[in-house]
Amino acid sequence: MYHKEKSIQIKNSASALYNNLGVLRIAPRSLTYFTVVHANVVNMVSASWDGLNYSHRQLQSKEPNVATSTSLIMQAAFCALPSRDLLVVTSQKGIQIYESDGSTMVYWHALDTPDTPTDQAVFARGISAVGKSYICVGDSSGSILVFDVPSKGSNITLSDVLKGHKKSITDIASECSGSQDCIADLISADDGGNLCVWKSGEEFQRFNNIPGFDISCTSVKLWKGTAVAGYGTGQIRLYEAVTGILHAEVNAHARWIYSLDIAPFSGLLLSAAEDSLVRVWHLSIKPESLSVEVAHLHNECVTDTQICGAKFCDGDGHAFAVTGYDLSEIIRYTQS
Amino acid sequence: MSMRTLPLVFINLGGEMLYILDQRLQALNTSEDNSEKGVWSENDRKRVMNGIVGAMFSKDFMDELLKPQQLYSHRTLKTVLTRIAHASIMRLNPASMDRLYELMVMAFKYQIFLCPRPKDLLLITYNHIDTIRELVKDTPVVVNQVDETHRKIIEVYSSLPEGEFQLLRQTLLIFFQDMHVRVSLFLKIQVQNPNGRFALSTSGPVPHGIDVPGLIRTFDGKGREVRRSEFPSGGSYSSSVREGCFELHGDRVIRLGMDMYTVNHPEETHTSKDTFVKTDNTPNLLAKEELNLLARLMGSMKAEKEPKAETGFWINLFTTDQEEEEAGASGLAEEPLFEVINIQAMQDEQVTTELARIAGQFAEEEPPGNLSSSKGDDLLAMMDDL
Repeated sequence: MYHKEKSIQIKNSASALYNNLGVLRIAPRSLTYFTVVHANVVNMVSASWDGLNYSHRQLQSKEPNVATSTSLIMQAAFCALPSRDLLVVTSQKGIQIYESDGSTMVYWHALDTPDTPTDQAVFARGISAVGKSYICVGDSSGSILVFDVPSKGSNITLSDVLKGHKKSITDIASECSGSQDCIADLISADDGGNLCVWKSGEEFQRFNNIPGFDISCTSVKLWKGTAVAGYGTGQIRLYEAVTGILHAEVNAHARWIYSLDIAPFSGLLLSAAEDSLVRVWHLSIKPESLSVEVAHLHNECVTDTQICGAKFCDGDGHAFAVTGYDLSEIIRYTQS
Repeated sequence: MSMRTLPLVFINLGGEMLYILDQRLQALNTSEDNSEKGVWSENDRKRVMNGIVGAMFSKDFMDELLKPQQLYSHRTLKTVLTRIAHASIMRLNPASMDRLYELMVMAFKYQIFLCPRPKDLLLITYNHIDTIRELVKDTPVVVNQVDETHRKIIEVYSSLPEGEFQLLRQTLLIFFQDMHVRVSLFLKIQVQNPNGRFALSTSGPVPHGIDVPGLIRTFDGKGREVRRSEFPSGGSYSSSVREGCFELHGDRVIRLGMDMYTVNHPEETHTSKDTFVKTDNTPNLLAKEELNLLARLMGSMKAEKEPKAETGFWINLFTTDQEEEEAGASGLAEEPLFEVINIQAMQDEQVTTELARIAGQFAEEEPPGNLSSSKGDDLLAMMDDL
């Protein structure tokens, strides 16, 4: 169903972090941007669709001169808003927002770090664009920071702090950006496996709380009102977001899931885990019964590699890309 | 990231260090007492073990480690471990320490990488503690220290949720990233590939608490299961075995963290210097916090008997003359790329020298001629056969 393409070499290897691959498709310029986090650096590659041109760039975390280990980056992800695309980088120090090509930093938000270290790690993690102009970023205390983004320029402001989680945020996702109308358009997950479902707006509303079982939910997606969540048990669960009804449960992987992605136009689901396997599934919603069906389509094994990032490169799921811990390449697969 | 890595790092790396030293020193033992000149006796070996374990598991040192703090650099870690090693009657030259550090790190990296569940990092730690206890079992005072430390670890870590353990594990994986030193034992038992990467199997028992992949269950609106289907898992997994014991004593079940070296295979602690070794060429000015940590850790270490009062024994653990040259050369080969880094590199050298002094490495002195020519040379002769 898929075959392996030529990999993209990156400057350093990927770190063992959840959702460690960012992809942004720039159709007008026939380019795709990829981001992979390595310790305190974000590796960016701009790849032309004809496979002939690759250009690389590295972004440092803020204050890189201090000991590397205190300025580790947790995640880098693209936020595609109706008016503009941005790149958000979260670290132990705070949140950096760049233009999508990584050329300029347009905003910096520092996290509050206590003067004397406590045994709680401090970091920001979980990034998503939502609605017309918001970027949401989670942190280690369970708060979600909401930033209001103007259509141009650097006048980004912190407009809200959402409290719904008691454990560290692991991932945030959204759907219905722009024009579509949804009951709920944002979902957040934490280290206890709890999911919160929100509706964005001038005042964000919390619609639902789907409790976890003390197992981290490491990656979450929202598609047609269905929450798709991956857990440390290797399971994927599909819930109806606003009601919390469990549609399906898949014993998908033998180790911690590190990344999920959905191709919204085709309903393809990608899951990747520390067990070295990437799996492709198909989700279909049955309108009569309002149930969701999960069908398994394909497996890829990246030998001896704990996978840390997997994303579709386009909205149909025609191609996907994968990163692995200690691997200095982005592996690509295309539908045959 | 995680603020709780240090105790586990030191116990596990220290444990690996003890396994390697134990294997090396046993391989050299050909007499029961000190009577034969130039030989490491059983007594010597036990004294080295007791010295190192006593330093590492001292209350003050462990209390310092248990304070919440970041994991800093390899340089700091190596400095403290060298000092711990030198708390015994044994002396290691810098090249030996470098090789030893590589071996320790690769073993621990292997254990973290293959750790079935993040929480099993504790079982790996307890495997190390169990074996360390065996190594010093003839010295009740030191056994007590080990037990006390074990109790403290149980107290601090037992209630940590899995998400915290995974953060800890991720912090360690980042710390050991890009290190692919090939270890002949690992290559021989095929846990490591010729390219330096560890083998990750898609068969065998799944970790405790995880279901064998392959099942899709669908539910209706009332939570009743309406359909089951299966998919090919791409591997051959079996259900999990029983869970290991997290108490002071018990069957840990998983074997990671147990002593992989045996007396009969001295070549197994051989590493090959190759292009996969990552040289830490970030000329990292030791951050203020890092220096503070170093000072606190050094200060809290039990001051063992003065090395000068008693003649310390020199040991070249691994190196042939040629390798020593290579090791010496590579240590200075931090190629500066930009002007800014040039300046930092100079300060870097100063820091390195300072650290070496703190570590008590006799880097600038030649080892006393008559001593090294006895025990050191025997070892050296052995190495030449590798």
